[in-house]
Amino acid sequence: MAVGKLVNRVDAVAKVTGRAEYTDDFYRPDMLVAKYFRSSIAHGRVKEINVEKARKLPGVEAIFTYEQVPRIKFATAGHPFSMDPDHKDVADRLLLTRNIRFMGDEIAIVVAEDEIVANKALKLIEVSYEEYKPLIHPDDILKQGAREIHQGSSNIVGEHRYECGGKVDDALKGADYVIKGEYVTPMVQHCHIENHISFAYMDDLDRIVIVSSTQIPHIARRIVGEALDIPLSRVRVIKPFMGGGFGNKQDVVLEPMVAFLTLKLDGRAVQINLSREECMTGTRTRHPFHVQVKTGFLKDGTMVARKMDVLSVTGGYASHGHSVAAAGGSKSSFLYPRMAIEYHARTIYANIPVAGAMRAYGSPQVIYALECATEDAARFIGMDPIEFRLKNIVRQGDVAQVTGKEILSCGLSQCLLKGKELIHWDRKKKEYEKYKTGPVRRGLGVACFSYASGTYPVCVEVAGVRLVLNQDGTVHVQVGATEIGQGSDTVVAQMVAETLGFPFENVRVVQAQDTDVSPFDTGAYASRQAYVVSNAVFRAATSLREKILDYACLMTGEKHGKFDIVEENIVSADSGKFVLTMKELAVDSFYHKERGGQLTSEVSHKTTTNAPVFGCTFVDVLVDIPLCKVKINKIVNVHDSGVILNPVQAGGQVHGGVSMGIGAALSEELLIDPETGYIFNNNLLDYKVPTFIDLPEINHEFVETFEPTSGYGNKSLGEPPVITPPPAIRNAVLDATGVSINTLPMSPHKLFALFKKNGLMDPKGKADV
Amino acid sequence: MTSHGFREITFSINGKEKKLHIDVRKSLLEVLREQLGLTSVKQGCAVGECGACSVLVDDVLIDSCIFLAVWAHGKKVRTVEGEAKNRKLSKVQQAYVDEGAVQCGFCTPGFIMATTSFVEKHKGEKKTREEIRKDHAGNLCRCTGYQNILKAVEKCINSDLVK
Ligand code: FES
Ligand code: FES
Repeated sequence: MAVGKLVNRVDAVAKVTGRAEYTDDFYRPDMLVAKYFRSSIAHGRVKEINVEKARKLPGVEAIFTYEQVPRIKFATAGHPFSMDPDHKDVADRLLLTRNIRFMGDEIAIVVAEDEIVANKALKLIEVSYEEYKPLIHPDDILKQGAREIHQGSSNIVGEHRYECGGKVDDALKGADYVIKGEYVTPMVQHCHIENHISFAYMDDLDRIVIVSSTQIPHIARRIVGEALDIPLSRVRVIKPFMGGGFGNKQDVVLEPMVAFLTLKLDGRAVQINLSREECMTGTRTRHPFHVQVKTGFLKDGTMVARKMDVLSVTGGYASHGHSVAAAGGSKSSFLYPRMAIEYHARTIYANIPVAGAMRAYGSPQVIYALECATEDAARFIGMDPIEFRLKNIVRQGDVAQVTGKEILSCGLSQCLLKGKELIHWDRKKKEYEKYKTGPVRRGLGVACFSYASGTYPVCVEVAGVRLVLNQDGTVHVQVGATEIGQGSDTVVAQMVAETLGFPFENVRVVQAQDTDVSPFDTGAYASRQAYVVSNAVFRAATSLREKILDYACLMTGEKHGKFDIVEENIVSADSGKFVLTMKELAVDSFYHKERGGQLTSEVSHKTTTNAPVFGCTFVDVLVDIPLCKVKINKIVNVHDSGVILNPVQAGGQVHGGVSMGIGAALSEELLIDPETGYIFNNNLLDYKVPTFIDLPEINHEFVETFEPTSGYGNKSLGEPPVITPPPAIRNAVLDATGVSINTLPMSPHKLFALFKKNGLMDPKGKADV
Repeated sequence: MTSHGFREITFSINGKEKKLHIDVRKSLLEVLREQLGLTSVKQGCAVGECGACSVLVDDVLIDSCIFLAVWAHGKKVRTVEGEAKNRKLSKVQQAYVDEGAVQCGFCTPGFIMATTSFVEKHKGEKKTREEIRKDHAGNLCRCTGYQNILKAVEKCINSDLVK
């Protein structure tokens, strides 16, 4: 039994010894280095570019500008290919561009023998621009006659509306109260510690090999083929160990360019290794959202209607475009399923860095607005926020309105009750009553969420796994699912061991994904992997188990059904008595001259369900009014993710998500100059990722349910922990101070302004104590 | 020994004496990775912000990306490659494995060197969680929220106390 057990990560030793090889560790002395020449303006057009001086610099191998790249527009979003022509990602990129759409847009690229030369060459490139006023604020972007950032787009990437659970306008009319709120989330960045990096070379005259830090090797292969107009089979993508992605590498950022360069340079190896500064503004970010919410509810606390209007800003290129606002709208809709909901969203271009996928994909923005609004409704009628939520939240057996599917597992009420107990809600509520005035105030907050376990039915959900019995009786596993640090290889090994009956140590997951070899799987995103792969693994392992037992019958002449697998042996099913070792069986299958053959099993499986997951954050804060600082005394996340496959790793996912959520709540924001589109803090010093001392102890708890549509009862967990810390902290600050902070992050300079405005400080900024 | 911006340096790397001909413009990070193949030393920012490149120079924790390789001349450099011996992990490495302090692993070698210097410096002393947090605050991790890293460091400190 390996599922649910405390087993160490299968790659932990490789990582602590420094032997795990990441993309940059495949250094080859002959490898060339490529560096982008980026625009220094946010909106405009290159009038002229002169690269002659740079080209003459010794050590420069080649320079390409927008004039030398294929005129093929391609989409970069890491989605599976869609057979539905109405559901394609927006193809709005060229490899290099003459039209500048954000500061840092890619105009040219220098290839040189090393980075020092490449950087020198960049300084020798001369460029002149025709400049346009950067379109940064939504009002300017959507104004009649505003310049189109992409021709023919009207600056709108996508728009949709859905209504379910009845007519919202009617339901609002029937409500005792209707409240309105507006909530804004800023642009934040993933800040995985390994920056984007890829290199490519050719291993004959036709075939391009790309080694890349990507969440989506199989998708990257297809998109490189599309961008360069070459057959996909001529491209091989290898993903070695990866230093985090969080969605930023669910996008094809560097792969088409390195492939293009090696093609142009006779197959020489060329690497692009982005600097931190480039990575922070030249890859992807989280979409800023402006959300308006109208909530209708009855005197007894029953919510009857919710109307949401979302504006999502995707920056200079579509990337994941409108999918983010769409997913945020549908995945959050499971949370309060017994009311009328209308959701309208628009995604627009802007002359700011490009937004793409980021952990929980639109849900942190939508749930922030939704859970602030829910809190405001509860407070409006003076009802305890937990009671209010318990009354309205989803329960097992409810029907999800957007999908029409019954919710088969849901432990959200238990999550709320558990969290209430862990934070000592009732006791502290009372205790904190005396901390509502004065310089130090205290409060409690809660927020809950719903999310999904994949992308079906919007996208295909396919997972592949191959199992091979080795000569020594152990098993090797190849999966297409991509290990990016979240621990998927380890839980796959646990699942295989569980179903085969093998010891966990005897299952070895092959650690890199390689599109030439790995079974097809679309990659790491949407917290889909453990859920979707579980259905493939269960089938493959069950079939290999059958084959092994059949082979034992063949060897011994016994009848089917006589044997069982226990650890490393075949035993009698009835008596448990030892029959033969797995090694003996394996050796026979490989080397007996007349019978057997290598025992393998391979399954490619499509999952056509998508289990909702749930959870909540509870937080206890102290607000220092004179310092305008929020201190978290205690934070607890409680999750229903179905069966927990590996408690320590699952805890680790929660810690990481909560810490990212705390960063988004209190300190993280890419600061954009509203005039020029310049980003003031494109580095890890000025952009405030939480450090060790910035974070409190992060507590977590699981309410385990069993999800019947999953191979092992498990549901998603990777992204969800990031969702609710910001609204929970906002609600706690509101509880402590009476001030609603409806834009993130709740940084001191924002609190200073709001505390002044609300009379907590005098106009000179002195705390009114 | 300078010729065309190159220089010869001698230093000890993971306990072995080494003589290298190096480009004086190169950081210790670059020389360790490119000339010695010590790829545990990771680059996350190249300007001293993230700590992924942390190594020990004369047992002091430094960011090797902003430490010129020439400065290592005559000194003793330690990287994570030298920590596991005879197929056995160091105490710090083992604690990171056991406490689930590793996720993507990109910050891990730097963190392990940070903890190694911390536990060696404070051998036999009691340390508070706040002291551990402060001492490790120069190393960023985006995956773990530092929770299990904290546990791993505490485990190392406590095992020293027991002895
Ligand atoms: S790479 Fe040296 S501190 Fe970031
Ligand atoms: S484990 Fe990924 S950055 Fe620390």
